[in-house]
Amino acid sequence: MTGIVSYGGYIPALRLDRKLIADAWGRNSIGGERSMANSDEDSITMSVEAAANCLNDRKREEIEGFFFASTTAPYKEKMNSTLIATVLDLEREVVTADFGNSLRAGTAMLKAALDSVKSGSTRNFLVAAADSRLGYPKSDQEQTFGDGAAAVLVGDTDPVATFEGSYSINNEMIDVWRNPEDKFVKTWEGRFILDEGYTAHMKEVVSGILKKYDLKPADISKVILPAPDIRTHGKLVKSLGFDPKTQVQDPLISNVGYCGTAQPLMMLTAALEEANPGDILLLAAYGDGADAMIFKVTDQIGKSMNRCKMSALIENKMMFPSYARFLSFRDILEAQPGEPFRLFPSATVSWRERKSSLRCHASRCRKCGCMTFPVQRVCYNCRSKDDYDEVRVSDRAGKVFTFTRDNLGGRSDDPVIIQTVAELEGGLRFYGIMTDCEPDTVELNMPVELTFRRIYEGAGFHNYFWKLRPVRRGGAN
Amino acid sequence: MGNIKDKVAIVGMGCSKFGERWDASLEDLAIESAYEAYEDAGVGPEDIEACWVGQVSAPVAGIGATSIAEALKLRDIPVIRNENWCTTAHIALIEACIAVASGLYDTVMAIGVEKLKDTGYPGLGTGRGMSPVLEARRTAPGSFGLIAKRYFETYGLSNEEGKETLAKIAVKNHDNGSLCPKAHFHNKITLEKALNAPIIAWPLGLFDCCGNSDGSACAIITRADRARDFRPDPVYMKGYGISMDSLLPHLRPGFDWLHFDALIKSSHKAYEMAGIKNPREELDVAEVHDCFTITELAIYENFGFSPRGKAKEDIDSGFFARGGGLPVNIDGGLKCFGHPIGASGLRMTYEIYKQLQGKADLPERQVKNPRLGLSHTFGGPPQISAVAILGNEKG
Repeated sequence: MTGIVSYGGYIPALRLDRKLIADAWGRNSIGGERSMANSDEDSITMSVEAAANCLNDRKREEIEGFFFASTTAPYKEKMNSTLIATVLDLEREVVTADFGNSLRAGTAMLKAALDSVKSGSTRNFLVAAADSRLGYPKSDQEQTFGDGAAAVLVGDTDPVATFEGSYSINNEMIDVWRNPEDKFVKTWEGRFILDEGYTAHMKEVVSGILKKYDLKPADISKVILPAPDIRTHGKLVKSLGFDPKTQVQDPLISNVGYCGTAQPLMMLTAALEEANPGDILLLAAYGDGADAMIFKVTDQIGKSMNRCKMSALIENKMMFPSYARFLSFRDILEAQPGEPFRLFPSATVSWRERKSSLRCHASRCRKCGCMTFPVQRVCYNCRSKDDYDEVRVSDRAGKVFTFTRDNLGGRSDDPVIIQTVAELEGGLRFYGIMTDCEPDTVELNMPVELTFRRIYEGAGFHNYFWKLRPVRRGGAN
Repeated sequence: MGNIKDKVAIVGMGCSKFGERWDASLEDLAIESAYEAYEDAGVGPEDIEACWVGQVSAPVAGIGATSIAEALKLRDIPVIRNENWCTTAHIALIEACIAVASGLYDTVMAIGVEKLKDTGYPGLGTGRGMSPVLEARRTAPGSFGLIAKRYFETYGLSNEEGKETLAKIAVKNHDNGSLCPKAHFHNKITLEKALNAPIIAWPLGLFDCCGNSDGSACAIITRADRARDFRPDPVYMKGYGISMDSLLPHLRPGFDWLHFDALIKSSHKAYEMAGIKNPREELDVAEVHDCFTITELAIYENFGFSPRGKAKEDIDSGFFARGGGLPVNIDGGLKCFGHPIGASGLRMTYEIYKQLQGKADLPERQVKNPRLGLSHTFGGPPQISAVAILGNEKG
């Protein structure tokens, strides 16, 4: 029985009050706040977060495929999904592919994974979508867009929601686009693209799938309709005949924002977190046409899973105080350069060190059990040579052993680095930088967890590594 | 292990002016210290049979020794470079002493030289160590700052008490530096000024961090039995210790950030070779690695100058001040004399050498009748420590 086996979302801790954006331009705020990726986050790191949340304590060696969808993938050429699959410590035999170029990439990817499992080609398929799109400074989109990610594990055994069917239509129209050199999302005239693009096709795909499977709007427990803004969403719901009070999944616009390709999976995740056995979920998403899917929630949904819910991710936040620094974090403004780096990256070194720096493997000595990160060929304790097992430690909880707030090491727009030594479960020491944290709140013994982040730019490629942060994902480890 | 106590003597030393030496190149700095050392020993370049160079960051990695040999026109002799974080110059000195003790050479030079101020930025830059990923944003103050909070917590100091204790070390070293003509900084500071300075890596503020300087220091070394042929007051090598911790402290399982094995073992090896039982009582003067005030505090306790957890009492009582029981960093230390990495170990040894000869440049900073002095550097994240103990009498 093919369906969704697990799911998990991710919303960056940082939020920007839309009033800060509006005030900078003398405009009105659309209200609420938007999520924003930290200076060390991008669509790859957010996908890792969502996927780790989704995978939870599942055996990662059982995953046979991984797809990644985004319109803001850090690499245009070079597969992003191989990087994420490696960071997730999946097997090397895993099937990988990137989906992109359209806001429909998230649902297209999900459909492909469902079809792969349904066909018997694979048994477990993980998909993750993330986006961090840029609206022009001052634009409505700058306020409505948010950054986020979600991951879904598709499988053939004990799904929490079975895949009941899908329906798709294409729409060739220049409505929302970016040329290769564009930083910001371009749109044609608002009324045209909403009426003839989004609304027309969402109506058509929802009506179409209901008709295809002989369902009425009243049969649907929750309709999941990502939308570019609240007003458009409200109008669509009304025109389709769903009850806005009981049947409609929150589009997450007011306090998170419109997170591009990730939005359908983020809303699906939020819907599953509140679903009951027997519920029928209808997911439809627009982007150069529309995809619709129907899922039926099973009694597996009640099985408790240690994941961090969307509601908790929304609640757990840090208000970001500066629009100027937001622009700098997104490379829209160039702030004064900080201290230069002494260590230059090398693709060769990064490749050689991938087991520790990407897979987060520590060595555990077979003779004395001493664990060290990164992998040490000669045991620190008993000096046995090449006699160790590699152990993934990215999912281990830890506590701050010591720290300092370093004003020299950071970026000039994000200057304080909390240099931290943490003791992880098993006595392992991890040295890293604390992120997503108010510097003055760090204390010894504070519970922390590992998060995969960008470290710095250099040599023309992105450099990622693990950081520490105050526990957020929590039990999801 | 053998013993080189009293087998080797330093018969000449030189030290350049330290500071922001915009006027001087790496080569100029080396010439400045080497020619003072020649004059002090009464020798010339033709007398040098081998040279050990302490050098960390020449403009291009790996060329340091040849640059210095070329500047000094050292001909037809071995020139050997040592590079070991902040212990660089000490280990160059120790290697030179071992070579003389072996009987292979009669007269050799050890020279440390560093030119930090040509980089265009203050500090040592961000990213230290070997791994471009793991250590990408590691800084020197960040690494040493990690010691402080563990120390405060373990010995029950509030953040305020801890910061004040560290600030007193800075005030002492600035007071010492104010009397030292060759030091980078000569300004006295108040406790209040130290406490209110901008934070560099909390709890370390500006005055908890050493100067980033250019400089050079040089020693001429010979066999002890020939030393009096050069001068009436040679200074003898009494003992040395070098020790290295085998894993970055940040990664070391179970490490408490208080008991630095490298410090403990390097000092104990040196004490043993020199026949010192009670360093607090027997040493008359010490130059230790105060790259940051917290480092100096950690050294007091790891070297056995103060009992564990009691350094604060000694700091409060002025035990380590000029005129105290054991004056430490009487030339201003790294804090004020400055810290050109590859030169510092020899600069500290220069101060001990002058003190043991009774020849401190200003009489008011001369320690009374010293017999034994210690110089020390502690390098890396921190991980490697080198100690030299010198005396002005044989036996």
